[in-house]
Amino acid sequence: MRAFIVLVQKEFLQIRRNSFLPRLIIAFPILVMLLMPLIMTMDVRNVNVAVVDLDRSTTSRRIASHIEASEYLTLAQTISEYPLAIGALEQGDVDVIVQIPSNFERDMLVSSPERISITANAVNATKGGMGMQYIVQTIARTLVELRGEKSPAKLSELVTIENRYNPTLNYRHYMIPALMIILFILICGFLPALSIVGEKESGSIEQINVTPVSRFTFTLSKLVPYWIIGLFVVTVAMLVARLVYGLVPVGSVGAIYLGAMLFILTISGFSLTIANFSETMQQTMFVMFFFIMIFMLMSGLLTPVDSMPLWAQRFTTILPPRYYIEILRSVYLKGTTIAELWLNFVALGIFALVFNTLAALTYKKQA
Amino acid sequence: MGAIEIDSLSKSYGNVRALDSVSFTVERGELFGLIGPDGAGKTTLFRLLTTLLNADEGSAKVDGFDIRADYLAIRSRVGYMPGRFSLYPDLTVEENLNFFAALFGVTVDESYDLIAPIYKQIEPFRKRRAGKLSGGMKQKLALSCALIHRPSVLFLDEPTTGVDAVSRSEFWDMLAGLKERGITILVSTPYMDEASRCDRIALCNEGHILGIDTPEGIVRGFDKRLYGISARNMFALLERARRVEGVEECYPFGEKHHLVASEEFDIERFKAEFSDVEDFEIVSVAPTIEDMFIKLMKR
Repeated sequence: MRAFIVLVQKEFLQIRRNSFLPRLIIAFPILVMLLMPLIMTMDVRNVNVAVVDLDRSTTSRRIASHIEASEYLTLAQTISEYPLAIGALEQGDVDVIVQIPSNFERDMLVSSPERISITANAVNATKGGMGMQYIVQTIARTLVELRGEKSPAKLSELVTIENRYNPTLNYRHYMIPALMIILFILICGFLPALSIVGEKESGSIEQINVTPVSRFTFTLSKLVPYWIIGLFVVTVAMLVARLVYGLVPVGSVGAIYLGAMLFILTISGFSLTIANFSETMQQTMFVMFFFIMIFMLMSGLLTPVDSMPLWAQRFTTILPPRYYIEILRSVYLKGTTIAELWLNFVALGIFALVFNTLAALTYKKQA
Repeated sequence: MGAIEIDSLSKSYGNVRALDSVSFTVERGELFGLIGPDGAGKTTLFRLLTTLLNADEGSAKVDGFDIRADYLAIRSRVGYMPGRFSLYPDLTVEENLNFFAALFGVTVDESYDLIAPIYKQIEPFRKRRAGKLSGGMKQKLALSCALIHRPSVLFLDEPTTGVDAVSRSEFWDMLAGLKERGITILVSTPYMDEASRCDRIALCNEGHILGIDTPEGIVRGFDKRLYGISARNMFALLERARRVEGVEECYPFGEKHHLVASEEFDIERFKAEFSDVEDFEIVSVAPTIEDMFIKLMKR
């Protein structure tokens, strides 16, 4: 027991003496939580629209002014000819072109008019698609408005929309839990591995290996400090989310901490296992990067698991972050309880046990 | 029963046979030296005996415990100082010492009398980080840490490599002090001149033991006449001397060349033959361990 305490103390002492690590551990979560939610947004804004108005009527002007008024769309240019607009699209000055055919207003009243054409640059599929949708909505709203003005009977709204759990459809509220997991992966996934491999490179692990300290004690002494640091990180992340973005978990904070305790153990155990098979920092870093890519892109952090191909969905069941992101999102946004999420907690518990046992077993005091 | 009993121990790394069926015994309280160049298998032998490596074949006992079956018992009984400084450079002198004491379940006070002669020299720097110590001080700290649990056998792998001549000599004095406390010491070194400080030495090369004896015994085994020759042009001299009849061996040795003479070598005839060489000199010299090493290696 005394050996274990001394090993943990030594680990903290080494972190503190390092000129870089303490700053990283404090500044990294704060910076990531402050900046990334602003940047990692899938909301499409600033779609530059060019209107080719061949009609020059009240209707066409109304459409243009509604486009200008939209918070997502920017009326970049009003161009007289379609080929010129295509030129601007190719230049990248314009994302979407709306062409209103001549006599549109007149034809609309008497018969079916020539159609309004929308051309979008879909190199960025999200931006093109979303921009297109915004414009269709804007035009439809304008036309409904105009019709309403002409006919005395008020048109009743046909559809009502309610976004449950994230009423303002705020993308940040969806991303913040994902960012917290990325923080855990980067801090609690890399640091324990680098700590062990660092000892291999400096040779101090040899000195440890000739002592009677067991491999379980040694492995545990590498886990505990990063576990404590991870809990500090989750606290900082939650505080920033609350103070800066006003995001308060609807469910219990206890559920978030319980999940964090299990998830950090899992990811640290995983990283220790990788470290046991590596001889140098480079090896560890590259192998960790490989897995971190899979964790980040396939666990539903950034894109929903449900929209992945079926084989990929099945594969996600062996990815630990998938279980914790579900816990974080549903506790934060829906207020789900531990009892309802028991399967996720059990899964994380099993991962933690498996990876840490593996880490202790693969740590060989003898070559 | 010896403190270290090695019985035909072998270890290969892939195709390289680092240690080829090595056997010898180190008696209790003995200061035993492993002398040999880099790549002789010294470090491999140390790692096998300190249970950091598993042997391919053969067996060994340290302090009566088998290195394979009782490796746990051995770990709390031996002190090991690897060739490379491998304490924590970011911990202070004091912290390193306390740390290793705790890992062995002892306190510094309990072993202070044993380490005092060594530790006293670095105690004024106890608040300094180990990585910032000079080479000689690092080595003293490493030795203090290796002794902290009062080991019965001490393994020192090239402790004097990269250390200045004065510190080297001091270090051997410290080892002599430890030997008086009854600690068995196995020490390796590539420096032949340090061999004379050992009770017995084993000359080793490429995984084999070439000979084991006391330093005097090793030198006594050199049964040929040995001369030192020198001239202004040393290189030409070496080439020419090697072609002379009765010269078994001639190799550079410090400022002179050493010349191993066979039965038919006649010194007067040799002098006459080299009389035209500028500054030519030939003197009879006493063989050293290095001469013996070269002789054994050629065989």
